[in-house]
Amino acid sequence: MNRQQLLDLYYLEARSKLIDVAAFLDRLDRADGPADFRLTAFQEALRELQSNAPSRAERVLTALSDPTSEPIPAATTKAACGAWPGKAG
Amino acid sequence: MRYIEPHAHMVSRVTDDYQAMVVAGCAAVCEPAFWAGFDRSSPAGFYDYFCQLTEHEPRRAAKFGLPHYCWLCINPKESEDVSLASEVIAMIPKFLDRKNVLGIGEIGLNKNSRNELKVLEMHVDLAARHNQLILVHTPHLEDKLKGTRLILDVLKADSRIKPERCLIDHVEEHTVKLVLDGGFWGGMTLYPETKCTAARAVDMIEQYGGERLWMNSACDWGVSVPLAIPHAALELRKRGHSATTIDRLIYQNPKRFLSQCPNFKVLEAD
Ligand SMILES: [Zn+2]
Repeated sequence: MNRQQLLDLYYLEARSKLIDVAAFLDRLDRADGPADFRLTAFQEALRELQSNAPSRAERVLTALSDPTSEPIPAATTKAACGAWPGKAG
Repeated sequence: MRYIEPHAHMVSRVTDDYQAMVVAGCAAVCEPAFWAGFDRSSPAGFYDYFCQLTEHEPRRAAKFGLPHYCWLCINPKESEDVSLASEVIAMIPKFLDRKNVLGIGEIGLNKNSRNELKVLEMHVDLAARHNQLILVHTPHLEDKLKGTRLILDVLKADSRIKPERCLIDHVEEHTVKLVLDGGFWGGMTLYPETKCTAARAVDMIEQYGGERLWMNSACDWGVSVPLAIPHAALELRKRGHSATTIDRLIYQNPKRFLSQCPNFKVLEAD
């Protein structure tokens, strides 16, 4: 598909998701609370969108990933939260 | 349209889902062993679950004319208790000659802990000793990249393991290349919120050729869509892919991988 066809297919959906992200950040601004590593990671990942280099999806996912390589001593939870807490502090 | 659902936890689904899948063209469903949403309290809980996967659920699927296959293991979410895992793994060979068993899965990692890694190695050894196919679950969200690397290291370190007989599931843009470059198959899981959307799955197919990729719904007891594969077929069509390409991706590809297990048979003429 050419760029025009892809825009016809996905532009409105992507526009809607972009506004959702903007509204989400506004909503957080209006609320009180301490700093949170998820928001920091989110803002760092957002920077990847502004680069014109390819593989933005890969870079966003990598920015939100645990960068370490050693197994952790023990699993204390089963859940993942979508950002690496190790970056906090 | 015909398709194979290579990853669905049907014990958590209602009969309406079976009906909708068959109406949409599902020709076979494959069910990896999974976490129940709570920890099973003893090996006996797993014994019953393996009976459910190999006896009861195939009968339920058969009511809709749908062949049902399964994979066996103790899943990574219950792998922190190594002694429980050892007992469950010791029980699996008794089930391997059941006629709907495809191999060992979905094994892998969840939080990338030392014990999870130990249990993964035990499963890989079990698969190697019994010449079984392997289905691997890669961790969620922030744990996926690290977990995928650790899993691939374990598989590559065992000379008995052939990568073309292992499918690494839940790949995304940051892990798909690692998997395919290693000679493994990759699975893309179509979830509404986490993992992968249909549009992104089509992106990866277009970039990597779709030779060793399949798509699945991984529908279970959580937020998931049992008809995700037919929806992805529609996405492929919107993106201009031919009916032949769609058939290759959603039917021929899973059939090619799964047919490495002699138990896997689909009835449709090719
Ligand atoms: Zn699963």
